[in-house]
Amino acid sequence: MKDNSKTRVVVGMSGGVDSSVSAYLLKQQGYDVVGVFMKNWDDTDENGVCTATEDFKDVAHVANEIGIPYYSVNFEKEYWDRVFTYFLDEYKRGRTPNPDVICNTEIKYKAFLEYALDLGADYIAMGHYAKLERDEYGHNHLLRAVDDNKDQTYFLSQLSAKQLDKVIFPIGGMTKPEVRQIAKEAGLYTADKKDSMGICFIGENNFKEFLSNYLPAKPGKMMTFDGEIKGDHTGLMYYTIGQRKGLGIGGDGNDNLPWFVVGKDLSKNILYVGKGYHNEHLYADYLDATGASWINNINRGEEFHCTAKFRYRQKDSGVTVKLNDDNKVTVTFDDPVRSITPGQAVVFYDGDECLGTATIDAAYKNNKQLQYV
Amino acid sequence: MKKVYLDNAATTPVSESVIKEITDKLSNYYGNASTLYEIGRSSKSILEDVRIKLANSINAKENEIIFTSGGTESDNSAIIKTAETRQNYGKHIITTKIEHEAVLKPMKYLENHGYEVSYLDVDSNGNISIEDLKNNLREDTILVSIMMGNNEVGVQNPIHEIGELLKDHQAYFHTDAVQAYGLKDIDVNRDNIDLLSTSAHKINGPKMTGFLFKRETIKLNSFVLGGDQEQKRRAGTENIPSIAGFGVAVNSLTKDEKEKRITKYNSFREKILTELNNNNIEYEINGPKTEPRLEHILNIWIKGIPTDLLQMNLDLDGVAIAGGSACTAGSLEPSHVLSAMFPTNPNRVNESIRISFGSFTSEDDIDLFIERIVKVYNRLNKNRRD
Repeated sequence: MKDNSKTRVVVGMSGGVDSSVSAYLLKQQGYDVVGVFMKNWDDTDENGVCTATEDFKDVAHVANEIGIPYYSVNFEKEYWDRVFTYFLDEYKRGRTPNPDVICNTEIKYKAFLEYALDLGADYIAMGHYAKLERDEYGHNHLLRAVDDNKDQTYFLSQLSAKQLDKVIFPIGGMTKPEVRQIAKEAGLYTADKKDSMGICFIGENNFKEFLSNYLPAKPGKMMTFDGEIKGDHTGLMYYTIGQRKGLGIGGDGNDNLPWFVVGKDLSKNILYVGKGYHNEHLYADYLDATGASWINNINRGEEFHCTAKFRYRQKDSGVTVKLNDDNKVTVTFDDPVRSITPGQAVVFYDGDECLGTATIDAAYKNNKQLQYV
Repeated sequence: MKKVYLDNAATTPVSESVIKEITDKLSNYYGNASTLYEIGRSSKSILEDVRIKLANSINAKENEIIFTSGGTESDNSAIIKTAETRQNYGKHIITTKIEHEAVLKPMKYLENHGYEVSYLDVDSNGNISIEDLKNNLREDTILVSIMMGNNEVGVQNPIHEIGELLKDHQAYFHTDAVQAYGLKDIDVNRDNIDLLSTSAHKINGPKMTGFLFKRETIKLNSFVLGGDQEQKRRAGTENIPSIAGFGVAVNSLTKDEKEKRITKYNSFREKILTELNNNNIEYEINGPKTEPRLEHILNIWIKGIPTDLLQMNLDLDGVAIAGGSACTAGSLEPSHVLSAMFPTNPNRVNESIRISFGSFTSEDDIDLFIERIVKVYNRLNKNRRD
């Protein structure tokens, strides 16, 4: 076996099973492994206890089982400045942001990476499901994980090849059940720990309640595009395009089709609703996106065809990408796509390779912008 | 890789003679010291022998020594029980901003229960001012709790002057002597101390063992309630092996030994500072630059390098030093002592480390420490420049 003992890998350990197994596998491969718990959010209660306490205890358990040193590092300030502020700003603009993408770009693969380098790391690793291939020209290719259901390239799409230079993905070639199996066989403390849900700082708490602590909710009217008032909404930020739950509109006695969020008007504070999953207002032909970021700067021409996802765990759609000035892109769909949501990431793929991402600004149908913000 | 342990203010390794004593007593003296039969009496006699030694170590009487579970319990009982017992004389207490949490948390507790606490400020060297203490002293002050020596920066408080000041005042004088006990000459009568806390594990003894000195004329009810042990002043079956170990640890602290250690620690300190200079490491000393101070503690601001980062890197290189206390999720909280000394310099608070020597520390340890901190410093400095 290759001697890895002089190669230090700093593993971001969350206290979950995925990063536990990552650390375990690297240790098995003989690397000099150091575990670091990232404390990104302060939710200390009146007794001085925070949820991070339990997770850190799990990290300590696993690190001791594996036989590696472990530490805790505070990134609360970085997280607040670079992720949470952005998150709130997007909501203020009536959009639905994806903090996990920016958390990877700014915290896990930047602030944490820098910290790890200061700890003498040659590489960093986490519990992400993705694969990496380094080609003969030194390009880093980010590839989908073997487990379709767990693939996290969507969230990693904003990384640059340079950031990926220092990364190892130990579990990208495995399925989740395989990862659990390894944890069980190794007797890791977190083998049966439930997967964490939702955005890291909100955890499993009530999202509405959480957001209302930071942004004032402005209740308003809920209506159809024909002007028919269907009730009241509790604040535009609580709704996302294509959402069905929580509208409180009953069947109308005609066709009893369910109601969906089909649009927003931030300036008038109106939430537009429409009937039926396939409501015409939910379908777009193309979108405009900003902040395009490519993992490798490979020249694919001004316009090229590839596939794309518009939210996590969605099937790919065929698209044509047109590069505009200022890192803007226009993405035209082979077939109409449902509920394109401003603020979310559009992520591009060529087969199994993740090419990059951009943030959705606006969706269009028949050359007319859909009223989504 | 040889490990280097330089966190003796946190705790110390247990010395051979103490281990031997504890092991022997653990095997042979299991009797409950409160019983009348021989097996119990032999335990009791150990307890009382040690009590005399401890009393002598601070020029107290043997009935003024109460065995406790250590510094924290001693501080808690001294403070909370004084407040409770003396509330008819007043509800005002004075302490400092740089006390240990074992003092500050009871103070917070009392504040939540109707007491008023004044926290004396310190200057940038960590010194309180006697003038300030005088000004804060009131008719209804019932307790003054000021540590003998600070555990983070090694500042030594003017205990004798404080004792003089309080001699004719109703306030009791409590001092946390946990860090000073192993090095300093303590005399509770000379310094008019009413209550004093110590801990065994800071002087190569076992953990969870210590004593509270309580002047004979003072009446305080027991903090821990239960049986009538310690003349009803502290309930719970006495831990004979640990107490015996404590006794042995104290025995070895002769005047000569203390002086020897002080000389040794001073030379370690000089060597470290000289080598930091020689290697162009930018630093400042936090705390007293001259005597009097706790010689085993050296707190330094390593400019530009965050405490946790330096601490972790040194740990990966086998060096144990301190850098503040961790929150429940493991990350470092800014030190309240450094914050009190440097309220306008957060960098200094977040870039400081504490090195503390003990009787086990060797010249070799100091050389290895210097070699490793220089290596880490240069690497981190380079990363910052790149």
